[in-house]
This record gives sequence, C-alpha cells and structure tokens, in this order.
Amino acid sequence: MAEIVNEVKQIIEDKLGVNSEQITMEASFIDDLGADSLDIVELVMDFEDKFDVEIPDEAAEGLRTVGSAVEYLDKALADK
Amino acid sequence: MQRRIVVTGMGAICPVGIGVSTMWEGLLAGRNGVGPITLFDPAEHRTKIAAEVSDYKVADHLDPKEAKRMDRFTQFAMVGAAEAIKQAELGDSDRNRIGVIIGSGIGGMNVYEQQHNLLRDKGARRVSPLFIPMMIGDMAAGLVSIEHDLRGPNYCTVSACASGAHAIGDSALLIANGMADVMVCGGTEATITPMAVAGFANMKAMSTRNDEPELASRPFDKGRDGFVIGEGAGIVVLEDLEHAVARGAKILAEIRGFGLTGDAYHMTAPHPEGEGAVRAMRAALAMAQMQPTDIDYINAHGTSTPLNDKGEVAAVKQVFGDAAYDLRMGSTKSMTGHLLGAAGGLETVISIMALQSGDIPPTINLTDPDPDCDLDHVANVAAKAELKAVLSNSFGFGGHNVALIIGRYEG
Repeated sequence: MAEIVNEVKQIIEDKLGVNSEQITMEASFIDDLGADSLDIVELVMDFEDKFDVEIPDEAAEGLRTVGSAVEYLDKALADK
Repeated sequence: MQRRIVVTGMGAICPVGIGVSTMWEGLLAGRNGVGPITLFDPAEHRTKIAAEVSDYKVADHLDPKEAKRMDRFTQFAMVGAAEAIKQAELGDSDRNRIGVIIGSGIGGMNVYEQQHNLLRDKGARRVSPLFIPMMIGDMAAGLVSIEHDLRGPNYCTVSACASGAHAIGDSALLIANGMADVMVCGGTEATITPMAVAGFANMKAMSTRNDEPELASRPFDKGRDGFVIGEGAGIVVLEDLEHAVARGAKILAEIRGFGLTGDAYHMTAPHPEGEGAVRAMRAALAMAQMQPTDIDYINAHGTSTPLNDKGEVAAVKQVFGDAAYDLRMGSTKSMTGHLLGAAGGLETVISIMALQSGDIPPTINLTDPDPDCDLDHVANVAAKAELKAVLSNSFGFGGHNVALIIGRYEG
C-alpha cells in the first residue's frame, strides 16, 4: 500500500505541478489540486501505464480524490 | 477605412532574438539565426539545417505547468503577445472590445507527431486528451485571450505563409468597422519537426546547403537554393486611433492600407509574373491613397527560393515602375529564416521598427546578385534612411497574397 501511495503521489506531482504536501489522501483532484477534466483523463492514463491495469471509464469517473485512486489501484492490483 | 488604425504594442520571438529590442539589435548587426537542426535528429533528412529559437527556455517565459499544455507554436504566441500587451498598457480598456487573431500556417505539428507515435506504438487508448486542444491552430488565439482576459473577436487565420499578415489585415478590418477597438494580432509557427522538414524538403522548396548553414538563406542571390525553415512569433496590438488617443497610448505607427488577393494559378508555385502579388500591392496603395513613390522600403516576402524572389522583384517593378529603383527592398528572412505563418507578423514588427528608427536591416549573404534581382536589396550592411511608409509582402502556398502598408504616425 505504501508503495502505491508513493507512486500515485509522484504521478500527481509530475502531472499537476503541485507540492507533495498538498497531496493528502482527502485532497480532491479538481477542488484542491487544480486539475480539470483533461488532467484527470491524463492521470488515469498514467495510473494505467504505471500499474499495468485497465481502469474502465465508469470506474475512472469515481476517482475524485487521491485516496479513492489509491484505494482503487490497491484493489485492482490485488485482483490481478 | 472608416476608422484610422494605429499600432500601440509589439512583441517578437525569433531565431535572431527573443524580445523586440534584442531581435532588432541582431537584425541591424546582420546576425544569422540559421544553424544545424538540434530539435530532432535530422540524420536521414535531405535538409539538416534550420533557424531555431535556440536560447528559448520555457521556464523563463511561462508557468511550466501551463506550458505543458501548449504546443511550441502556442508558447511562442504567448511570449510574443505578453510583450506586445505589456507595451500597449491596455489598462482598464473594455475587455469585451479587445480581440485576438493569431494566424498559424500549420498549428501543433510537434504534438501531432508525438501523439501519432503513441497511437502507433501503444494504441488508441494512449492518445492524450490534450492532443486535439494542443494541436489545433486556433489555440494560440484562445490561450492568449484566456491569459489576458480579452473577450472580443477571437480566431485564427490559416493561409500558409500569409497567415500572420492575414491576421493583421482581418484585425484592421474589424476595428475599421467598429467590431472591436483593440486587436492583438499576428502569427506564430513552430514546425521544425521530422514530418514538416521532410515534407518541405521533398517538395524541393528548402535549401540543402547543409555544410554551410550560415550561408543557406540568401534571398536575391544567384546561389540561393530554397528557403530555410524558421520558427517564432510576431505580434502587434492594433487600435482605433481615437481609442488610443483618448487613453493617452504611445502610438508606434499607423496601418495605412492592405491588399488581399489570390493567384488562382497553382498549389505551390507563385504566378511567374506575380500577377496576384501585383494586384495585392496596388490594392494596398489604393487603400492607403498613396503613390508608388511614397513607399521607401519594402520588407520583401523574399524567401530565398529561386521562384519567389525573381517573381516578387518582377511584381514590384510592375507596380512601382521607375520608382522601384529608388526604394529599398530587403529580406530579413536572410537572418531569421522563413517563419512561415509567423512571417507576416514578425515582418510587420520589423517594418515598424524600421519606420521608427530610420534603420533598414540588411539582406545578408547577398554576394552575387541574381541579374533579375537588380533593385537596392540592402546587401549585407544595414542602411539608414528617412522612412515614411513601408510595404510588407506575404505570400502563401495556395496562392494567397497580402501586401500591408504601414506608415509613420503623423497625428
């Protein structure tokens, strides 16, 4: 889990240009980290690449906070 | 024109310098912007040289996060527009009455090629959602309007190497007809990419003087063998004269007239006698209510292709008659390379600088003039002259011709 958290944070930091302190589990991509809909599509693509999973559109729409992304990826990796 | 139109701001980023004053010093000194291509590995390409904006660092000019969402052509437009808008000091002018038209001949070729590689190598699901918004040619105008909160008419002109000049002409029309008071306009281009260079080179339009890049762009010279691709942006702020006077703006020059024509002749070759160019220059003179003897300097399209330079000189002789031998006709593309859709914007900035300073930039590498190019082409060394009016030509593939006359503002 800790490894997933670190990698997710790194991807968000690179993509959104925010400081790592801002990337809390509760942080909303749009409201707190300044992302827009295009950023979120790109983030999801980066998650897919990094963790080698496929995130269907319906699932991607539910990933609104850093924590929800970590949780989803943790489960997807466990199911692999 | 119903309202008089003046210039109140200028911005430039080009291979000879970033910022108008740096560029201008370079041009008067005959600084050459051409060198080996470094933006990609040109080993397999017929042409391996270009005029790159080599000292450009994104973080010096733009927020790196925002810049990641911009193709290079949009970044250049943002840099040029910021300089022009800063000089114009628009203050509290009504934002709904300030528009943006920034032309680009090709648009986001860099992102197009990167994303095509992703499509090929990783599949359709890996193409970025930012691909389309970054690639489309109108995004420069869109993002400049967002950055500076400019809410008037907003679009892009696309007419190959006349795009920037058309943007200025359209902007003048909008102001003249009362549809805007201020327009931020010009051209931008950044297509020193593997596909674009291959395409232009295979047309045999580009110089292949790969061993002597500094000698490759040589307009009007017998040894010219094609254009050298450049990149950058040239942006001006046009303004209704009364609006500019009312807010106490510093007026740099006046747009006196312009002519727009089509060759209706060939996809890429200019008309051999420059028929469309002749009509464009005559229309510009008519709108300006000027005689040929009123023009002191022509900033030529002057691409350094065998056909263009010969045809353009022939066209100028038809329009100006004996007066052609009294004016100067130089090509700054000898130093900047050919900025394609940005050329008309950049060369408008250069024309205004010439009017203001009385200095005419040289045509470098003009050592053995083509006998058909026998006007005063300002060979190799800058000239000094009292300038009252300058004509700038821009011609594009497709047979698009724009002649723009800019005069000194005399109240």
